[in-house]
Amino acid sequence: MEEMINMAVKGKTKRNGPVLFSEYNRGEGIKTALDLSRDDILFEIKESGLKGRGGAGFPTATKWMLVAAAKSDKKYIVCNADEGEPGTFKDRVLLMEYPELVFEGMVIAGYTCGASEGIVYLRGEYEYMLSSLEDYLYVMKKDKLLGENILVSKFCFDIKIKLGSGAYVCGEETALIESLEGQRGEPRNRPPYPVNTGFMGSPTTVNNVETLAAVPHIIMKGGSWFKNRGTNKSTGSKLFSVSGDCKKPGVYELLWGTSINELLKIVEAENVKAVQVGGASGVCIPKSQFDRKLGYEDLATGGSVIVFNEDRNMLEVLKNFMEFFVEESCGQCTPCRIGNIKLLEGVKMIERGDYTFRYINNLKELGKTMQVASKCGLGQSSPNPFLTILENFKDEIFNTNLLERQVGGNGGKE
Amino acid sequence: MKADTSRAPVSQRAHTVDVSKNGNGIGEKISVVINDQKFSVPFGKTILEACRENQIHVPTLCHHPDLCIAGTCRICVVDVEGMKTLQTACSFPVTAPIKVNTSSPMVRKARRHILDLLLSEHYGECYACVRNNNCELQALAKEYGVDQYTFGHITEPLYEVDRSSFSVHRDINKCVLCKRCVRTCIDLQEVGVLEAIDRGDKTHISTFMEKPLADVVCINCGQCINRCPTGALRANDPSDQVWNAIDDPKKHVVIQTAPSPRAAIGEVFGQEPGKSYTGELNTALRRIGFDKVFDTNFTADLTIMEEGTELLLRLYRAIVTKENVSLPQFTSCSPGWVKYLEHFYPEHIGNLSSAKSPQQMFGALLKTFYAKEAGINPEDIVCVALMPCAAKKFECNRPEMNDSGYKDVDFGLTTREMGQMIKEAGIHLPEVPQSHFDNPFGDASGAGLIFGATGGVMEAALRTVIELVTGDKVENVFEHANITPVRGFEGIRYVELPIINVGPIPDLLKNLVPDWNWLKGVTLKVAVAHGTANAKKVMEDIKAGGKFSKCHFIEFMACPGGCLGGGGQPIPTTEEIRKKRAQAIYSEDESLPVRKSHENKHVATLYEKFLTDGPGGHLSHKLLHTYYTKRGKYIA
Repeated sequence: MEEMINMAVKGKTKRNGPVLFSEYNRGEGIKTALDLSRDDILFEIKESGLKGRGGAGFPTATKWMLVAAAKSDKKYIVCNADEGEPGTFKDRVLLMEYPELVFEGMVIAGYTCGASEGIVYLRGEYEYMLSSLEDYLYVMKKDKLLGENILVSKFCFDIKIKLGSGAYVCGEETALIESLEGQRGEPRNRPPYPVNTGFMGSPTTVNNVETLAAVPHIIMKGGSWFKNRGTNKSTGSKLFSVSGDCKKPGVYELLWGTSINELLKIVEAENVKAVQVGGASGVCIPKSQFDRKLGYEDLATGGSVIVFNEDRNMLEVLKNFMEFFVEESCGQCTPCRIGNIKLLEGVKMIERGDYTFRYINNLKELGKTMQVASKCGLGQSSPNPFLTILENFKDEIFNTNLLERQVGGNGGKE
Repeated sequence: MKADTSRAPVSQRAHTVDVSKNGNGIGEKISVVINDQKFSVPFGKTILEACRENQIHVPTLCHHPDLCIAGTCRICVVDVEGMKTLQTACSFPVTAPIKVNTSSPMVRKARRHILDLLLSEHYGECYACVRNNNCELQALAKEYGVDQYTFGHITEPLYEVDRSSFSVHRDINKCVLCKRCVRTCIDLQEVGVLEAIDRGDKTHISTFMEKPLADVVCINCGQCINRCPTGALRANDPSDQVWNAIDDPKKHVVIQTAPSPRAAIGEVFGQEPGKSYTGELNTALRRIGFDKVFDTNFTADLTIMEEGTELLLRLYRAIVTKENVSLPQFTSCSPGWVKYLEHFYPEHIGNLSSAKSPQQMFGALLKTFYAKEAGINPEDIVCVALMPCAAKKFECNRPEMNDSGYKDVDFGLTTREMGQMIKEAGIHLPEVPQSHFDNPFGDASGAGLIFGATGGVMEAALRTVIELVTGDKVENVFEHANITPVRGFEGIRYVELPIINVGPIPDLLKNLVPDWNWLKGVTLKVAVAHGTANAKKVMEDIKAGGKFSKCHFIEFMACPGGCLGGGGQPIPTTEEIRKKRAQAIYSEDESLPVRKSHENKHVATLYEKFLTDGPGGHLSHKLLHTYYTKRGKYIA
């Protein structure tokens, strides 16, 4: 069974890139880090320009500095492995194939921030990885890379793994912390931020799997080595989980700054009509904008790339995304809970041909309110597909349905 | 400086977070610009607090001053310069100089959208709702000039109305998911019956295993009703049955009124909190058609006699005859507290005083003593109780409460429901003339009256116990007989009273104990707790063998503030309002000629004519005492 899973996952890595997948010897990162001072490490991370790889792109060094500066007996390093964005599967590959990078990144983060405990919040659906990851932690402990007095230093750090229960919203860091505490997974009010008041009220860093995996490389090869790759504002490389209408779906490591056109060439996609960048909560890019570049300055993304070819009905695509949000909203705040229902209703109206442009414009305005008034990133980004697909594919969506309606097509049916 | 800004509303425990944990600005004043006006705000205060202190209106819905911060409804969003998104004023602490706009175009549009969304999912019509004109959602709709349902309006109910409970009815079709009830139940009361379940569009408030409210550990305190902004939660209203009884010429309909409704019913008629309408209420009740208007305070006095005697007997058996008796003795007047103990600390039901609550004592006496005196067939008597309480509705329906041979109390009405009946009868309460109660249950003491406030039962008991035991006047120990150490709104209060001298034994108690000498030198230790969260703290301390386990007598009230903050009282409720109601009660007490239960001459007459074997005697045990059920978590 495990072999099958390994095959299934391992086969997905399509391109070994120059940064994350570059050469790395197990244990080296921790060894080098322990010889450095905390300030040196923070300097290197800052120099590297590393930003959160979950999609929000918060500078990692700033986060760590805040936790390192916080006064508290207890601090926590949380690895966000609740990979739930539709179309992403890069963290799965990292955890299965490069666990040393992720766990050593956590140890280095613990050393830098002054934390002694790390928690991996593993997506519930990844339960099958649990035993192999725990085995790996055991081996690390045996090799003195984890536990008491790591590599005969005074530094102690332990990692435990907790499973999520399948809620998309628990990828949001404060909802994740609530869930870790045993509560219903709902985002908290911010401020205060987790760097001050996180898990069990203690300063906590929550970092994406991929962010942590980059850390040992930065420690080994230096911040400027990392910085010299990618673009000015988006340093280093990014893992992309490519799925949809292409010949070679899978996980790719590409440098930031790669354009969508280039990416489509690599994955051998043809007759592409649209690319959804950033998963369900991302934006939908039409053909005319395929020269746009992946990176924080233009298309920030957690790594999900979904390719749609000419045969796809974009309204179907949108409906699928909105159904996802209606179900996955945590149900806590009004704009997200009810707003998504209204947007989905609007999509269904268009599908039936039973709408007015005035009402659709009302819904677009509502979407903009959701972007600014929702409590967390889920509600703030859930109108993105609605707004971008209706804008970028308005000819297809509104005209086709009008025609279908006139000739008695499938208009009127749900 | 603590502000609980970080908690999601679903916290399983009362939890405050120190916003200034990593800041150095404690005690500092921060300069804040709100709508181009400059203010100086203490570090850590929320934007909402800063606005309210400076008379800037920010609308709220999920926010409630008694509860931890939720930040879920989003109606209070404001524009904070430099932030990408709008921020909720209720949760945003001021820790650095900021510039806030509470009414920018984006803010107004967002608020209107949020309202439109809430209304689209809010089933029902305002004119067919118990909260019409007292609904926060309705008020917001008016404030924002909603004149159409922009995003539609739900026309079919999605959920069945839960009418299983004697006390609290839930119609979650009207729920706006503000989670005030959840926070009330979990954080304020620490009972934990209500919680949000499912997610996304299916999110709704429910109970353990989605059972009906009658089948879970709900203590019926009704605090959730008082904090619900809409009509999703309401009390079980028997006023139609009461009208039927009044309209039936064969029935002799009697009303007993508790002290707290008088101090609050004015609020139903738009009056400021803090004024009692005792006399006006009496007149109004007669005009409605009640045959007799009696005072529950009379049986409150009786409760003191019975419960006080029980306490002295327990002490005697513990100190003199060295028997194994349960101490401390707990008060049993609050039916919410009684059910809380039955559910959560069933092993301690032996500590509860066996004395019934004043409401139930009254019913039992009405259908025995009064029926005989007045020459009325008890079958034809309908006993209605006006109470500040939701749990009293459950209490009068307890199967054991029929010691008179009939259902002792037929209906429990809340202050809100009575206010509605009075309005329906065309009476504007504040304008009617005053009148007295009817006798024989009319002239009660101030001790019975203060039962309505937290610490009141304890004070009433102490006034009597001190005088009966020491033979000295309470006034010589406490100025104006105001036992202030047990008063106040602090959650838990602990008082020690050394007994230095003892007096002769009063006639009434002569057959129970030979003398008081055994109490000489004893220090009486008493405590008061209000709100079940505080009760829980005391109970946990007792279980751990702490200070409170050494107490002799503890007053517990399920509701914050005691009965005056009960689940049947007018909405809204805040600590400020509760304090004003307490003021009304205490000042009425001071104005009364008799202020000690044992000096109530009608109580003395009752013991002479009817309960002839005295307090704790055979007949009083039959009529005025009860037993409790070890419910645990499984028997509702």
